[in-house]
Amino acid sequence: MYISLNDRGGAEARAGSRTAGRKGVMRVSSTVIILGIVSMLTDVSSESVAAILPLYITSAMGLSTIAYGFIDGLYQGVSAIVRIGGGWASDRADRPKWIAFAGYGVSALAKIWLLFASGFASIIAVITIDRLGKGIRTAPRDALITVSSDPSNLGRSFGVHRMLDTIGAAVGPLLAFFILTFIPTGYTTVFVVSLAFAAVGVILLGLLVPNRRPRSERDAAGRVRIPFRLRNVADPRLRRLMIVAGLLGILTIGDGFIYLSLQARSDFAAQLFPLLYVGTNIAFFLFAVPLGRIADRVGHGRIFLIGHVALLAAYLCTVLPFGGPTITIVCLLLLGAFYAATDGVLAALACQFAPLDNTASGIAAAQTVVAVTRLIASTGFGVLWFALGRGNALVVVAAALAVAIAAAVLLMRSLRPKAAA
Amino acid sequence: MSGRLRLLIAGVLTVLLLVGAVVYGVTAIANYRERLAEPSQVRTTKTIAKDTAPRVVFRNTAIGDGYGLVASVPLADPRGVRAVSATPCDRVYQTNKYSMCLRIERGVLTTFGAYLLDPRGTVLHRWALPGIPSRTRISPDSKLIAVTAFVTGASYGTVAFATETQISTVTGHDYGNLETFTLLIDGRAVTAADRNFWGVTFTSDDNVFYATAATGGQTWLVRGDLTGKTLTAVKQTAECPSVSPDGSHIAYKKNISTTSTAHWSVAVLDLATGSERLLPEKKSVDDQVEWLDVSTLLFGLPRDGQAGDSNVWSIASDGSAAPRVFIEHAWSPSVVRG
Repeated sequence: MYISLNDRGGAEARAGSRTAGRKGVMRVSSTVIILGIVSMLTDVSSESVAAILPLYITSAMGLSTIAYGFIDGLYQGVSAIVRIGGGWASDRADRPKWIAFAGYGVSALAKIWLLFASGFASIIAVITIDRLGKGIRTAPRDALITVSSDPSNLGRSFGVHRMLDTIGAAVGPLLAFFILTFIPTGYTTVFVVSLAFAAVGVILLGLLVPNRRPRSERDAAGRVRIPFRLRNVADPRLRRLMIVAGLLGILTIGDGFIYLSLQARSDFAAQLFPLLYVGTNIAFFLFAVPLGRIADRVGHGRIFLIGHVALLAAYLCTVLPFGGPTITIVCLLLLGAFYAATDGVLAALACQFAPLDNTASGIAAAQTVVAVTRLIASTGFGVLWFALGRGNALVVVAAALAVAIAAAVLLMRSLRPKAAA
Repeated sequence: MSGRLRLLIAGVLTVLLLVGAVVYGVTAIANYRERLAEPSQVRTTKTIAKDTAPRVVFRNTAIGDGYGLVASVPLADPRGVRAVSATPCDRVYQTNKYSMCLRIERGVLTTFGAYLLDPRGTVLHRWALPGIPSRTRISPDSKLIAVTAFVTGASYGTVAFATETQISTVTGHDYGNLETFTLLIDGRAVTAADRNFWGVTFTSDDNVFYATAATGGQTWLVRGDLTGKTLTAVKQTAECPSVSPDGSHIAYKKNISTTSTAHWSVAVLDLATGSERLLPEKKSVDDQVEWLDVSTLLFGLPRDGQAGDSNVWSIASDGSAAPRVFIEHAWSPSVVRG
């Protein structure tokens, strides 16, 4: 793999598929790489705090973890709602960089507050603000990746970004626990280090990412300007993508359930239960770029669906009549492949179907649908888990997912990206 | 600003911040090591008390040598020299036959374990825990053990807060997760998905235990039947019960807060009359209390201004006297009556 650090993104995007023809040497714009590094640093910052938060709340603050579940739900909900706003503001102002900057900045400020936060209420506030920042920045950042990438190269660009992002998500907890190994009560040290990473991320974004203005740039190129309207998000193709994403999202249960299921059946998984998510992250990291590249070749929609087949296989993995280390590892690989095939790919799909001047809104809408339906799925599955038992509940969801994938294949058939490559 | 200048500024700031973080981290580690290497804040000895000696066993949280290790003081002289063992535990419970020790196994890949130990500190059995250790108990006759841990670690997971509580015999027979028991509230079986159980306390009858059940944001003191696999609600709003040595009372923490932030008072329930008494402790107590004798309770409270350090307090179970510090720099007390 060759990644150029020359800022060729803009030129490449305008040059269309000229570079796509070059065999082997496919370039990812430096903007995408810087955005990936910014995400990586920010994820190191956020995930290092998230990983030790339960420990901090229970051992250092002496608070019940009852409320921790509440925080976790808050985490997800806040992020989903704000995301729409971030996408809209980005399209409206035609300044995705600075909206994303505001999002990263808000999260960094939350880390400063964390140093002084005491008591449960302020911890909740800090976490909420951190997630607020994440919600704001996601769609404009993905819009920046889109505008900085060659359309034929979009899957790989998102793949590279998500790979770097996942490295951060994997390194964060390890770094936090590394510090706690030396200082068992060193929560403040983790918070300070976390703040440093967040600050570096914000600085790199502010100084090194070019201030792209997708709409103005197109205007300058003499293209017909499509006025910005929120209802443009209701483009029939984008709407159909959102239906597909929602249909599949509602059957995407939280990883936690899969880990719990593995833990119940395999001694190996039970021993390593608190570390299973590291395995998923590693698989996500490994598969992000290859699957993005394949998506560029065979179609993003196809890989998005195949990703859900991997999820289906992961469900089935947990209900096989036999367990053991191999099954556990295969399951984590499938789960990682699912994220690699769907996370960045969804953004790539959404920006192809969104009207030109509404890229960020389109991405935000699709991502919000997924976030909200997954939240519903996890809540609903919790009920199913107790009503039917673990194994039966998973079989039911797996069967439903199989049907949903078949339906999604039909729904996606008529969807063709506007820039047919 | 030219691109080159921006790159230079970004590079310099990045290096400054990251080097600053490393320096801060290394300094913090050095300071911590220094404090840990110092002689303990309290008088200690390495001579371990006899198995039969009446004593209070706890986690030593005095900064310095011996921090985090299981220690004990004579029951008759709780302020005296503490005997510090070589066993690190984050939560400990001891009888005259066994110790249960819950441990955060720190490392880059942090895991959690529960250990059954004999009086000399030899490991007899280890269980992997799904997350941060919470509570542990051994039955008065040293035949049953209970462990509660939080289910944590699933960083991408959206599973709501959960505890896992397991009861088994010291010889390895597992009665399973309390979630597999039938929960009865007001005579009706509750099957809600958000059921959670924690904080087991044993009675002198090995078939009967008490624990906490929670569902729909409410908590209950439940009476457990081990062979019948049922949990029957006895009293609402009661957590982490502890049965008195004579079996007549149950002490627990009771959330008296009217806001979403919990505030736990210590309460004592008279099983014969069903009357509940709140004890005059102003601070919020997040611990499973332990009975020092039939009229005195022990519990831990964090020390102000020092993360990871705490005191064990005592309070009269009839509320007749204000709480006072029982053992300084200590956590997770258990009383071994010999």
